[in-house]
Amino acid sequence: MHNRDVARFALVALRGYPGRTTLMLIAMAIGVAAVVVLTSLGEGARRYVSDEFSSLGTNLLIVIPGRSETAGVNPTTLMGETPRDLTLDDALALTRSYSVRRIAPLNVGSTDVNWHGKQREVTVIGTNHEMLAIRHWELSQGKFLPDSDLDVATPVCVIGSKIRSELFGAKRAIGEWLRLGDRRFRVIGIMGSAGRSIGVDVQETIMIPVASAQQLFNTPSLFRILVEAKSRAAIEPVKRFIVDTLQERHQGEKDVTVITQDAVLATFDRIFSALTYAVGGIAAISLFVAGILIMNVMLVAVSQRTAEIGLLKALGAAPKQIVVLFLSEAFLLSLLGTVAGLVLGEFASLLIRKAFPVLPAQAPLWAVLTAILVALLTGLLFSLLPARRAARLDPVLALSRR
Amino acid sequence: MIDLQQIHRNFQVGDQVVHALDDIDLHIAAGEYVSIMGPSGSGKSTLLNLIGLLDRASSGRYLLDGEDVTTLSDIEQAATRNHRIGFVFQAFHLVPRLTAAENVELPLVLAAMPVEQRKPLVARALESLGLSDRAHHKPEQLSGGQRQRVAIARATVTEPAVLLADEPTGNLDHKSGDDVINILESLNKRGITLIVVTHDPEIGGRARRRLEMRDGQIETDSATESQGA
Repeated sequence: MHNRDVARFALVALRGYPGRTTLMLIAMAIGVAAVVVLTSLGEGARRYVSDEFSSLGTNLLIVIPGRSETAGVNPTTLMGETPRDLTLDDALALTRSYSVRRIAPLNVGSTDVNWHGKQREVTVIGTNHEMLAIRHWELSQGKFLPDSDLDVATPVCVIGSKIRSELFGAKRAIGEWLRLGDRRFRVIGIMGSAGRSIGVDVQETIMIPVASAQQLFNTPSLFRILVEAKSRAAIEPVKRFIVDTLQERHQGEKDVTVITQDAVLATFDRIFSALTYAVGGIAAISLFVAGILIMNVMLVAVSQRTAEIGLLKALGAAPKQIVVLFLSEAFLLSLLGTVAGLVLGEFASLLIRKAFPVLPAQAPLWAVLTAILVALLTGLLFSLLPARRAARLDPVLALSRR
Repeated sequence: MIDLQQIHRNFQVGDQVVHALDDIDLHIAAGEYVSIMGPSGSGKSTLLNLIGLLDRASSGRYLLDGEDVTTLSDIEQAATRNHRIGFVFQAFHLVPRLTAAENVELPLVLAAMPVEQRKPLVARALESLGLSDRAHHKPEQLSGGQRQRVAIARATVTEPAVLLADEPTGNLDHKSGDDVINILESLNKRGITLIVVTHDPEIGGRARRRLEMRDGQIETDSATESQGA
């Protein structure tokens, strides 16, 4: 029998029982669609987190005062240790490496902002001009903080767009003087809407030179130092350089923690990949359920079409041909169900992407391929038994039954 | 051409062994017109199924055209049925979702004949049975007589040497039944070996050679009677 004739026979057989065929198609399609949608959600969550971390900056290292020891209990954890503060001089020392492209010291505090009697509480970030480039932020108006020495306390500020609209409304903000705590700052720039990073909405902050922030909050220490390495490969050497330099400057104490954004990213990546595998696996179970349904329906088909099988045998169909005919029918069914499921699943993913633009829900290729493979294999595997039952039918008995 | 030697066919029913065929010796020459009659349970259908290779003998030898077909494999038997034997059933056994033409085409499809060779054969078979205008009808759109004619077209499209008909008129009214028998007889006149199983003496009596079966044995054979007379 030619392949084309087999396919046509199977197709006509499927069309002959539209209700049954539709039900099986739906079962298979739901299984495949479930895999596609669930893995696309997992993948979307992974990419969302990954994007958030990338927005922190590229090739970024974050220096945090104090040592976080995860290697168990040692005498210092019991006694407690007061880490030395990070200072502006520490930050300056970190620029003395060829592999470091730029650094930005960071000071964060909260205070009141005043302009012409309007007042609100605001998060103030003290930093330098490099921050804009490190964080890939954009300005919508004016200039960012001036490129001056770190210890120069210039009374200028860059405000978030939300602060601007709340304080100034439709009025011009650039060049105006506002008051932070007990000091006056001139507005020189306004952040663009693109700036956003985990936890802090840049649009609700005011940025001032780091020396000004130290005066404002009356502290010599820094909250963080952000260091950008020249390349991805330079991240590890720079990390060693930072630890060594600061150990030397802090009388031999290793009292800072350096986080590389890649390490954090990799951890989240692993977590979310595992999550995607897990939900994908759970969804794949529905494919097996669909496979069992196919087996059931094929068994019914065999008993319904007993006389037909007897006839095919009488007309000269060998047992193997009967097996091929029924397997083809099941395979065609799985194939159509898989295609329908892919369309359905991709459409659902598209809807999710439209509804939640921050969540890039897109099923990964491996999940789609696995879904197709599992669907087709279960379809074939579970119809093997019914097909062989059909092939073993005694033609005399099969023909005498009506 | 059909040569049965000491054929036995036993069925196990509960703890009893039923001898459906009990030591049958039968020779049928090419081009003969044979009817097999007898009460139900006499073994006439079993004999026909055995000749049609749908059933295997418990013991004995079956030579078809001098070739021992009892020892053939399932695949070889299937091929033999396809090329050399045509079946006509009481219940027609047309595939309901296929058109008349597609039903007739089925044995050629199973034999993997290319489409361009199939089409003219199907058209000729339908035409010779006066069904050309019904080629694209589904079985449910055809009358009983037309359905049986489609079945005959299907049985003869491979140009088999033997045509086996099991109660071919059992589901038909008198008029259509008569038509079907006339068609079968005209096929026989053109050389096909025709074996008809029936319990209707009027139809069975039209055959040149008449077998009467009882309890798994051939009770009378008009061929040997005439020899004896």
